[in-house]
Amino acid sequence: MTYQEKKSIVSLISTILIFTVYCLYKFPEYPKEVLDSKVALHYWGSFVLVLTLVSIAAHIGISIIFNIVFRMTTGEKEPTFADELDKRIELLAFRNSFAMFVIGFLLAMGSLVIDQPLKVMFIVLIVSGFLSDVTGSISRLYHYRRGV
Amino acid sequence: MGKVLVGNHIRKLRFNHNEMTQQQLADKVGVTRQTIVALEKGNYSPSLELAFRIALAFNLPLEEVFFYGENSEER
Repeated sequence: MTYQEKKSIVSLISTILIFTVYCLYKFPEYPKEVLDSKVALHYWGSFVLVLTLVSIAAHIGISIIFNIVFRMTTGEKEPTFADELDKRIELLAFRNSFAMFVIGFLLAMGSLVIDQPLKVMFIVLIVSGFLSDVTGSISRLYHYRRGV
Repeated sequence: MGKVLVGNHIRKLRFNHNEMTQQQLADKVGVTRQTIVALEKGNYSPSLELAFRIALAFNLPLEEVFFYGENSEER
């Protein structure tokens, strides 16, 4: 398996792990009897903000650890540049990931239109962000294995 | 109509050029070894620029390295 394939798998697993662990930690903190929408908005705002910061930091950390382990186990250096195949695959992965997020965003807005609670809109939005990340990693893995 | 792809004789040409490795060819044309692997497997059609660089590495005209055909049977 190539460096890029391994990296895509690590990215996929870490995305799922970070999101699951964070949700398990954060969801019990949801204010049960929310009468004041300010409290709910504060909760969801901090949920998204902290999740974004945590996942960026965790991805950087995991990427560094992955490169160290890759060098130690294979004795190879990771590719230092992205060639035309890498760029093409990156574009395809970004397109799929973006499409997934747009679908999620529209569903979230749709939930407001059909008078669903604010909670539903935020959950759909957060899940679509997660799924778009997963879609990007799976697309990358697929194209590195099957070609473009 | 089948999937139209650009085929190539890179594997054979590497062998005929002192058994040049994929890494050596990749270094010569400025791509990663993974791209040469994808080209040889027929999983990737190169850009025109890369196709010319590969032909130049073998000192051959483009049409002796690459061909245009349908499906992998022709490769």
